[in-house]
Amino acid sequence: MLIPLLRRHLAPYRGPIAVVLVFQLVQTIANLYLPGLNAEIIDRGVVEGDVGVIWRTGGVMLAVTVLQMACTIVAVYVGARTAMALGRDLRAAVFDSVEGFASRELAELGAPTLITRGTNDVQQVQLLVFMGLTLLVSAPIMAVGGVVMALRQDVELSGLLVLVLPALVVSVGLIIRRMRPLFRAMQGRIDDLNDVMREQIQGVRVIRAFVKEDHEARRFGAANQQYVDVAVAAGRVMALMFPTVMLVMNVSVVLATWFGGYRIASGDLQVGTLTAFQNYLVQILMAVMMATFMLMLWPRAEVSAERITEVLETEPSITARPGARDVVVDRAEVDVVGASFAYPGAEQDVLHAVDLVARPGETTAVIGSTGSGKTTLLSLVPRLFDVTSGVVRLGGHDVRDLEPESVWAAIGLVPQKAFLFSGTISSNLRFGRPDATEAELWAALEVAQARDFVEALPERLDAPVSQGGANFSGGQRQRLAIARAVVKRPLVYLFDDSFSALDYATDAALRAALRPITADAAVVTVAQRVSTIRGADRIVVLDEGRVVGTGTHHELMADCPVYRQIVLSQLTEEEAA
Amino acid sequence: MSGGRGPAWAGMGGAPQKPRDFRGTLGRVVSRLLRDRFLVWSIAVLGVVATALSVVGPRILGHATDIVFNGYLSDQFPDGATKAEVVRGLEANGQDRLADVVRGADVRPGQGIDFTSLGWVLTGALLLYVLASLFMWWQGRLTTRTVQHMVGDLRDDVEAKLNRLPLSYLDRTERGELMSRTTNDIDNLAQSLQQTISQLLTSVLTVVGTLAMMLWISPLLALVAVGTIPVAIWLTGQIMKRSQPQFVAQWTATGRLNGHVEETFTGHEVVKVFGRQREMRAEFERRNDALFTAAFKAQFISGIVQPVMMFVSNVNYVLVAVIGAVRVASGALTIGEVQAFIQYSRQFTQPLTQIASMVNLLQSGLASAERVLALLDEDEELPETTLPSPVRGAGPRGRVVFDDVSFSYGPDPLIEHLDLVAEPGQTVAIVGPTGAGKTTLTNLLLRFYELDGGRITLDGTDITDLTRAELRRSFGVVLQDTWLFRGSIRDNIAYGADGADDAAVQRAAEAAHIDHFVRTLPDGYDTVVDEAGSGVSAGQRQLLTIARAFLADPAILVLDEATSSVDTRTEALVQEAMERLRSGRTSFVIAHRLSTIRDADRIVVMEQGRIVEQGSHDELVTAGGAYERLYAAQFAGLTT
Repeated sequence: MLIPLLRRHLAPYRGPIAVVLVFQLVQTIANLYLPGLNAEIIDRGVVEGDVGVIWRTGGVMLAVTVLQMACTIVAVYVGARTAMALGRDLRAAVFDSVEGFASRELAELGAPTLITRGTNDVQQVQLLVFMGLTLLVSAPIMAVGGVVMALRQDVELSGLLVLVLPALVVSVGLIIRRMRPLFRAMQGRIDDLNDVMREQIQGVRVIRAFVKEDHEARRFGAANQQYVDVAVAAGRVMALMFPTVMLVMNVSVVLATWFGGYRIASGDLQVGTLTAFQNYLVQILMAVMMATFMLMLWPRAEVSAERITEVLETEPSITARPGARDVVVDRAEVDVVGASFAYPGAEQDVLHAVDLVARPGETTAVIGSTGSGKTTLLSLVPRLFDVTSGVVRLGGHDVRDLEPESVWAAIGLVPQKAFLFSGTISSNLRFGRPDATEAELWAALEVAQARDFVEALPERLDAPVSQGGANFSGGQRQRLAIARAVVKRPLVYLFDDSFSALDYATDAALRAALRPITADAAVVTVAQRVSTIRGADRIVVLDEGRVVGTGTHHELMADCPVYRQIVLSQLTEEEAA
Repeated sequence: MSGGRGPAWAGMGGAPQKPRDFRGTLGRVVSRLLRDRFLVWSIAVLGVVATALSVVGPRILGHATDIVFNGYLSDQFPDGATKAEVVRGLEANGQDRLADVVRGADVRPGQGIDFTSLGWVLTGALLLYVLASLFMWWQGRLTTRTVQHMVGDLRDDVEAKLNRLPLSYLDRTERGELMSRTTNDIDNLAQSLQQTISQLLTSVLTVVGTLAMMLWISPLLALVAVGTIPVAIWLTGQIMKRSQPQFVAQWTATGRLNGHVEETFTGHEVVKVFGRQREMRAEFERRNDALFTAAFKAQFISGIVQPVMMFVSNVNYVLVAVIGAVRVASGALTIGEVQAFIQYSRQFTQPLTQIASMVNLLQSGLASAERVLALLDEDEELPETTLPSPVRGAGPRGRVVFDDVSFSYGPDPLIEHLDLVAEPGQTVAIVGPTGAGKTTLTNLLLRFYELDGGRITLDGTDITDLTRAELRRSFGVVLQDTWLFRGSIRDNIAYGADGADDAAVQRAAEAAHIDHFVRTLPDGYDTVVDEAGSGVSAGQRQLLTIARAFLADPAILVLDEATSSVDTRTEALVQEAMERLRSGRTSFVIAHRLSTIRDADRIVVMEQGRIVEQGSHDELVTAGGAYERLYAAQFAGLTT
């Protein structure tokens, strides 16, 4: 997985990588050239007592050193840039991929793991590439140089390499194979930690109210311990790598001395050649050691690459059909016809053969008991889910035949949970229409009955909003979410129980203010309060995923027993009339 | 969870900018490592042994080469001759050089290579190498354990810290940023420590050992070699000074990116439906580019260390050679000594280069450590009381008094001089427009926030004289926040009552009218739910949290919009159950549906942080004040 991923994402950086290779090659050759100069200083300078030679050779040496330094710095510059750019690209690829997901994929994989994959996992791959480009390109060059030189010294003795190199490859390969599952587990444990921590921050009020801090600390501690255990296990296997490589290479030097001795005794080898051969073996050893450093990073990067690729290759379940039209939806009409929906793998339908109609300037309300499928029904319109059978039409088009962007452009959704984003009030209000003017923002706030409290804030529209709108009350959040939808001026408004945290007076004022705004738009409202919906043009009564009545308040009061019950639970007979 | 907040919230999202203190951070990391002294000393001892073995190894191999060389030399001369004869013979032939070599070597003419002793020596070398590898392995294992346990403790400390941080801190910080500190930063610290500790130790030992050898041979030349140390330190310091801020920037940028990613993924549906993807993507790109720039600069600047150190080492080498040669010419040193010295100065500068690279690697880890430690240093909630737990008498309990309470989230006062008494067993309903401070009252009651003035007492005891745990255990709360954790429905309901049995869980679920729904699920009470989980509607979540409060069986109930998403028929049934639950307990109920609070013993009407009215439903309707207006508005809503 790692190599195809790198091949694909490093392709744009072929040029810089070539530059790194060239400079590293020069650097390595300069490095190999230095020992020769060393020898010359000793043999011809120090031994002969010739200071002139020392100065001259020393000068050459310094020049070579400067060249080497310059080459290395260029290589590090380009290498670091390339590796970090790869990291940036991978992070963006993961982000884009997840942004294309439908709710289903996001729920299946889970946000915590997607976050880990987008940062920590990319970091592993990036580190490997950085090390590869800056420190380790020279390793193979040195190793190959060493092997060539060793062969030139004595072919017979070089036969040792045939023994040593496979031994190295096999032992290192075995170690890596043992590391891989451990690192896979390790990245999974990071997901778990992220998961627990995210949940605890989200639920901090409940945790504190129920005095469950110790319990949560234990839960986190358990996840943490599992992570530590697997990290220690992985580290233990990793600790094998260096000593093993050292041992194999040292043993081969010992063997070279032993067999070299025999070849010297039989007159096939010079003593000087043996010493040179040993030196080259050591050079190969150093190169392999450097490579080992990279190989230690390899298994973790490989596992991370798998996890990244999995995200990149996940196909969103909700995409435009082939031949989808990128049309501007111009009719404020919603038709849900015979729609059924079941969660994947679930036996029972959440919705069964549901019909719903919304027309411009009209309000269609959905009411029903807790868990009757109201939110799910609403989610079908912006294609957060696709129907399992039946059809959902928007402006006369099957939503599946439209580009998702065309669908979303027509819809203003106010979700049950307000979902404000960190930023300012204006950045949140401009969510659906970045070019909205300040006057439009104030107008929307006015409609949403939020003008007063925003005006009371010292920074007004620029007042900061923290993640999830945590610095606003539930009712304020809901009103900001409504204003956000109003700023967008969509064709179709979807209110999912959006008035529940509002007091009655605010609720009534808000609905009155909405009426002129939505004169040309279709409104679909889910609500619990009869007062919120009794003025609707059409009321759809849901019960356990089925429509048990459709009509106006008065029609339903007359012939829909479920509706009557709901109404009577809230109002007295005479109020309901 | 309450009214608009002022400029205190500026600078939200980012980490608090505190002065960077590299040395202090290093000290704290080291002292954390030293918590397990035995392990650390073991690592050090093993390091010394492994280094010693690896220094001795080449010596022994050199001895083996000598045997080969001597044997080879001996073979060149006739059998039976003595070494002295050979030397004389060579000198007679004018081969002075060879004669010198033979004189210095262990030559036994005609003997050939002594394979027996060669075998022994090589076996010895082999053994040494095996030992060295074993020690190195052992050291590696111990290092892993030490480092991983240290960072494991660090993560636990972060968790413990989160439980002591004031809510205001958690509210204004991006979740993903906090998560990044616990995973990415601590992970980075572990990685860099693990890579550097053993190598740093070995390198330092090698430098010290070699320096000793050099001093022994020639103090003057040693001085030259040592002269490179300050140069090396200065250069490394210069580079570090520039790379350190970049490393800090890199990990800060990672946290910020994580924060944005977490938020975007959490609000996925809204981002999509509002077509906000382009803007979210643009913000992502900004943070991603910031990370790229910082990471690139950090890696590049720290990557310069190695080539620069190589350069310093080569300059040192040339200097030693030149001065050495001059000393030889003046007869102060022998050639052999200079040669040895040059070897040592190589051995000396190489680990020095390594140390410099390690230090830079360590920087990245310390930049992360700094971010984690900064979190651990954040101001905590006020410390718990140290007073002994007050003795509570028997009899009715649950008298709650707000006495001249003032509070604000920011500079603007939200609640001023509020007085409120709830007698044991009373149900107090709090009504009022959105943002009036209703939820704030429960936040204060549960001591999520500290008062600015006045006091709240529970059965006569100031709540600050109770530990938070004691205080909160008296309450059963259903918050607006219907948080479920990933776990079975059973565990979620039993959250507030440790060790509740299945029957009790089921009774609570029945009272909350959620039992029927749970039974229709394929796995019943074992069904796993979570925060994002689909399949459980908002209303059902509320019912589950109500069941949770029922089971906790508290002295005082706090219901904050507990049934706002529940349909009204179910709500009526739950109300009945709550009525039973409330009997004999003090309850605070916040609700918009006035029908649900009509029977409350006392209704408190709040406006802009003040109580404007209190009394029973009938009293308030007759009084014709704020409550009457709210009540009328409700009817106005009904009749439109």
